[in-house]
Amino acid sequence: MAIVLVLVLIVVGSVLFHLLSPWWWTPIASNWDYIDNTIIISFWITGIVFAAVVLFMAYCVFRFRHREGNRAAYEPENKRLESWLMIATAAGVTALLVPGLFVWSRFVNVPSDAADIEVIGQQWQWSFRLPGKDGKLGTSDTRIVSAENPLGIIPGDPNGQDDIVVEAADLHLPVGKPVKVLLRSIDVLHDFYIPEFRAKMDMIPGSVTYFWFTPTRTGNFQVLCAELCGQGHPLMHGVVMVDTEQDYLAWLGQQQTFAQLSAPKQTGSANQPSEKTMASSLDVAAKLEKLEAR
Amino acid sequence: MVDVTPADAVPPAEVAEMELYHPHSWWTKYVFSQDAKVIAVQYSATATAIGLVALMLSWLMRLQLGFPGTFDFITPEAYYQFITMHGMIMVIYLLTALFLGGFGNYLIPLMVGARDMVFPYVNMLSYWVYLLAVLVLVSSFFAPGGPTGAGWTLYPPQAITSGTPGGQDWGIILMLSSLILFIIGFTMGGLNYVVTVLQGRTRGMTLMRLPLTVWGIFTATVMALLAFPALFVACVMMLLDRLLGTSFFMPAIVEMGEQLQHNGGSPILFQHLFWFFGHPEVYIVALPAFGIVSDLISTHARKNIFGYRMMVWAIIAIGALSFVVWAHHMYVSGMNPYFGFFFATTTLIIAVPTAIKVYNWVLTLWRGDIHLTIPMLFALAFIVTFVNGGLTGLFLGNVVVDVPLSDTMFVVAHFHMVMGVAPILVIFGAIYHWYPKVTGRMLNETLGRFHFWVTFLGAYLIFFPMHYLGLMGVPRRYAELTDMNIMTESAHHLNSFISIMAFIVGFAQMVFLFNLIWSIRHGREAGGNPWRATTLEWQTPETPPAHGNFGKDLPIVYRWAYDYSVPGAKEDFIPQNVPGTFGPSREPA
Repeated sequence: MAIVLVLVLIVVGSVLFHLLSPWWWTPIASNWDYIDNTIIISFWITGIVFAAVVLFMAYCVFRFRHREGNRAAYEPENKRLESWLMIATAAGVTALLVPGLFVWSRFVNVPSDAADIEVIGQQWQWSFRLPGKDGKLGTSDTRIVSAENPLGIIPGDPNGQDDIVVEAADLHLPVGKPVKVLLRSIDVLHDFYIPEFRAKMDMIPGSVTYFWFTPTRTGNFQVLCAELCGQGHPLMHGVVMVDTEQDYLAWLGQQQTFAQLSAPKQTGSANQPSEKTMASSLDVAAKLEKLEAR
Repeated sequence: MVDVTPADAVPPAEVAEMELYHPHSWWTKYVFSQDAKVIAVQYSATATAIGLVALMLSWLMRLQLGFPGTFDFITPEAYYQFITMHGMIMVIYLLTALFLGGFGNYLIPLMVGARDMVFPYVNMLSYWVYLLAVLVLVSSFFAPGGPTGAGWTLYPPQAITSGTPGGQDWGIILMLSSLILFIIGFTMGGLNYVVTVLQGRTRGMTLMRLPLTVWGIFTATVMALLAFPALFVACVMMLLDRLLGTSFFMPAIVEMGEQLQHNGGSPILFQHLFWFFGHPEVYIVALPAFGIVSDLISTHARKNIFGYRMMVWAIIAIGALSFVVWAHHMYVSGMNPYFGFFFATTTLIIAVPTAIKVYNWVLTLWRGDIHLTIPMLFALAFIVTFVNGGLTGLFLGNVVVDVPLSDTMFVVAHFHMVMGVAPILVIFGAIYHWYPKVTGRMLNETLGRFHFWVTFLGAYLIFFPMHYLGLMGVPRRYAELTDMNIMTESAHHLNSFISIMAFIVGFAQMVFLFNLIWSIRHGREAGGNPWRATTLEWQTPETPPAHGNFGKDLPIVYRWAYDYSVPGAKEDFIPQNVPGTFGPSREPA
């Protein structure tokens, strides 16, 4: 009989855990509260089904447990009951699927006013590229990636000359403006993931993938890699700062374009891409060594 | 509904009695045996042994997650090797091998009333190739660079590049070779299971009289025969990429500042091939569990399984649908996002036949005569964990909900609950149920109940809270959870709690192993049919069944497998090989 008590406790305990435990999603910072709402619908529907099935089972075990002289009923089928259960299940599934697909259609249809930005993943750091004054990103090719041109921007493409390159540093975004994030990798799979934005997408070497979102509050958000990318995977952190329009423009003014970065170096230049690449890669390598040495 | 009479139920024998190979020596009787029952025990023992390795690996990774920074030897490199080998061993070398090679071999011939598998020699080879696959897998622990740390999904490019443990050493080569061997071995066994079910049934054993255990294993085997070739191809191509420098899955890559000599390959093609195998694989593990648990519930509730025909069709529908849902593992892989509409719809449709199965298990308990034996307890625990894990599948299958949750601990919690904990609880229930037939003795009851309670409650306490870490955004496959802004202090405490539970549950498995070994000699004598069950394996003249299973004459089947508590019958069960009708037979026509 302990099992009956335990089954009831599992239902009660799970519901209480859900309601009272301190572990819940981080406060949202993007327009994807639609997704949060779909999750809430899912919790309600599945929670009710879970409680109903387990409690019914507990009742059956209690009511029909073996006692001397008991005999089970003989009822191979009940077509009416089976049909009703199938219809009810189909209805529940539809109630989950319809809002889900509705929100998905929003997710895949990028609004026309979304600004392109590019995120480039490599073992184990994030770099970013903004389109510059012409609003267009220049074409790129992994095969021309080098220490001088770490993002593989094709020098002959005029669209690329004014692209702003943010290499192995923080990305800033203006609050309230939709962005289409174009994702690229130059080595293995990565996944650009910021828990507060709810959205994420893999980046694949050889392809450009995308998703879109609108940041809805200013702040400092940690970027995580969500696709296993080798032993530095858990250390592949980055930062996205969502700024007010004013702060954003101030930051943007300090950034350098591809043309500036690829110009012949002057003595005393503050920006030396080749060394910087080295430095940031070494940074992760050093962290890894530290971990291994432990 | 027609009354079942021996006259119309027993057709003349269509297939001649098979000639059995009779062993001549100790070697051919116990080692290179062609008897499916011996092969079943060999498969089970090997799977259990390698499963223990996977258990140890899970302890090691939980040490790291629960107590980060405490154990110096768990480097990120080692951590990734642990998770990769744990996952691969559990899914392929333990669950698939145990359900199909273990239970399939033991139960199919006995339950369908055959003397052995149809191709005993190929069946024997199947085991030895499987053993070789396991040995190749284990050898990677001792190879230079250690085993691969690419994650059990082995996604290229990282699986074969130098940033991943074993990527440019032996690890990945041995892993791919071992998988290729496993598939070869499985195919030989799988052909046997399918042909034996279709061709080896005794007289009167129509398809709609098969116990659901056989239906589950049979359908899973058909699926495996169709799904494993995709993995086979993927493994061969990745081996070529790694060894000969081809570019099936490798585009142009700059790795650590160096241009690699690959160009034009598609990493996402591998994912399609992998999951074309990988999703059916979930049901290759689940369907045998579905079948077995149906029989456990029916037998121990002394009641026919509710809605037998619906159960059979649900198994077949799930098997078929599971081939058109694979890309729900790839919603955020960067494939064309419009695929999401299709795959979310097919995925959620699977919930319908799956839910029917759950309802029918629970409705079998309704107005039953429920004996709370250990197999029944495990069956009840299965329903709880399977429903829980199945319902969170509705989150992850619903494409947009998957976006925030994919690659987080929510996924880890979900698939462990639904295809780790739930099927393993069925395996335990099944072992307590059939151990008396295999050995002639019962497993110890006290140890068994201890094993049940710790395993069931412990596993629930491990995986239920874990979902909420994922909801918080904690990614999976993180060897280090340091400097994580989203993780509160209490989330780290929750991880420590989960780890402690994992050690306790692991310990309970040692008690179970002790029980398995101890009871072979010291268990209570079981007799031929201790559970008073209807199916043919309990009607053998000897227990354990001798070579050839059924003595001089094969049994003739007169009824379905679920004649429990038939009105008018003296006993509360009527074995399948007992002729005659008792009152109005309501076997589904």
